[in-house]
Amino acid sequence: MTSLPPPSAKKLGLVIDLDTCVGCQACATSCKEWNMQGFSGPLTDTNAYGSDPSGVWFNRVHGYEVKEPEQAQSRIVNFPRSCLHCEEPACVTVCPTGASYKRAEDGIVLVNPETCIGCKLCSWACPYGAREYDQSQGVMKKCTLCVDRIYNENFEPEDRQPACVKACPTGARHFGDLGDESSKVSQLVAERGGYDLLPEMGYKPVNKYLPPRARRDATNTRAEALPRPDGSAFDRLFQWADKVLSPKKASARANEPDNSGQLEG
Amino acid sequence: MHPAYSVILFTTASGAGYGLLALLGLVGISHGEASSLAFGLTVVVVALGLITIGLLSSTFHLGHPERAWRAFSQWRSSWLSREGVAAVVTYVPAVVFGAVWSGLIAAPALVAPLAVVTAIMAMITVLCTAKIYSTLKTIRAWYNPWTVWVYLSFALATGAVLLAAITSVFGNFPAFLVYFSSTLLALTTIIIIFYWRSIDAAPRDLTMGDATGLGRLGQVSQWEQPHSAPNYIQKEMGYVVARRHAAKLRRLVIAALLLAILVMLSALVVPFAALLSMALALFAAVVQRWLFFAEAQHVSSLFYGAKAA
Repeated sequence: MTSLPPPSAKKLGLVIDLDTCVGCQACATSCKEWNMQGFSGPLTDTNAYGSDPSGVWFNRVHGYEVKEPEQAQSRIVNFPRSCLHCEEPACVTVCPTGASYKRAEDGIVLVNPETCIGCKLCSWACPYGAREYDQSQGVMKKCTLCVDRIYNENFEPEDRQPACVKACPTGARHFGDLGDESSKVSQLVAERGGYDLLPEMGYKPVNKYLPPRARRDATNTRAEALPRPDGSAFDRLFQWADKVLSPKKASARANEPDNSGQLEG
Repeated sequence: MHPAYSVILFTTASGAGYGLLALLGLVGISHGEASSLAFGLTVVVVALGLITIGLLSSTFHLGHPERAWRAFSQWRSSWLSREGVAAVVTYVPAVVFGAVWSGLIAAPALVAPLAVVTAIMAMITVLCTAKIYSTLKTIRAWYNPWTVWVYLSFALATGAVLLAAITSVFGNFPAFLVYFSSTLLALTTIIIIFYWRSIDAAPRDLTMGDATGLGRLGQVSQWEQPHSAPNYIQKEMGYVVARRHAAKLRRLVIAALLLAILVMLSALVVPFAALLSMALALFAAVVQRWLFFAEAQHVSSLFYGAKAA
């Protein structure tokens, strides 16, 4: 049934910390690795080692540059993007076959690979680009929130988490019940001002993003703010040591402006 | 959006077929049975043939055509499912109407009621097709009140020129058909101009900063793609070739439609001109439909570097 179930009390999802994500792609690769043989597997690749590789991934890590008004240097924000398991997912209601569905018990949005006809309409309906068509399987694929891990009783309880969350080396990904206000993830969202992507579109995503923290005063990392040689006895000593220890050939370049007494900014 | 040829063929061919079917319904209501069995059968076969070619082409575009029957199940929520149901249901009154109207089965009393049902079902099917697109909030150029009118008017206009063209071949060419199809072509021209004006005027007020939520910090630009080669989302949603030539192609559509009207009017003197008018109108429909896809920008392209959507 692609009509949506009544809103579930339990809303499983991810909270992604844009402040601590370092863009290492560990979440993306471990997702790919796990889901190769999971619920929606395989995640096929074509021409994987050629000049024009393409393949299905549930998770893509973008890099954005943000130019903040009062800062001299822009900042880089690594931005993992995957299915947000919306409370009102249009990708589900447009599905003509019932292959796309939202689970009534925990809100996870899934595609049944046995009944999907590969019409691609769901991917058109998703504003987040979360669904990717598997050309060789002829069906649509998407993040399963590792439904085959999180309830897997063959795993130790601490491993019953999505592969991406387990893999993150900086703890930038958190998994939990966002329908429960007392859960760790809900508290994290409240504490850090977690936000929805494109809330104006009205799909009510469950996953939340924690904004990058405000930057420290940038002047203390800029070259001008660093200590400069002040002509003291120590400075002269270091300059003399630097000259003596530098290889002879380097003296040819000694006429160029000498920055050796300064730290790189 | 990537303009898939199967979908363009489907929407234009089936659109013309349903338009023709709806107009045959009108003819059936006003004039009763077809003037001859050969003429009646030809028109009905052309209409149903175009519809069938279109439906088959849209089915082959699926990843799993053998599962297409499953698409009839979700009519409660999905316009695509409703379209599938409407398309198949329409065959029933259409085939019976075709048989009765052409005179294959002698039942003149049934012509009018069957004509009404067939015409309504044909238009409902086109409406369902249009609704698939016009309800997608993610694509601003489609999420537009004019989208439905574009689909309906092109279906009726191309159906009308088809009817005129076939009639001209069979002789006995009424002037009324010339005026009627010219009027529909003119109406279609006006509607497509209004549609384009409307999508050009619609504010593209979502930015990369809105999509990522990073706009609250400052000006956002793309620093690094998540992958080295384009993925499905970029290939399917990020089609930009047409936008560069959109103005030229729009003029081409309007020129073809206006020319189709002029040529259709000349059919008052030389009936066979209706065939040329039909070719021009179908050409305009195909180019318009290609533009409809190629010009449309998807919100998800913001994540991949689009400035606004």
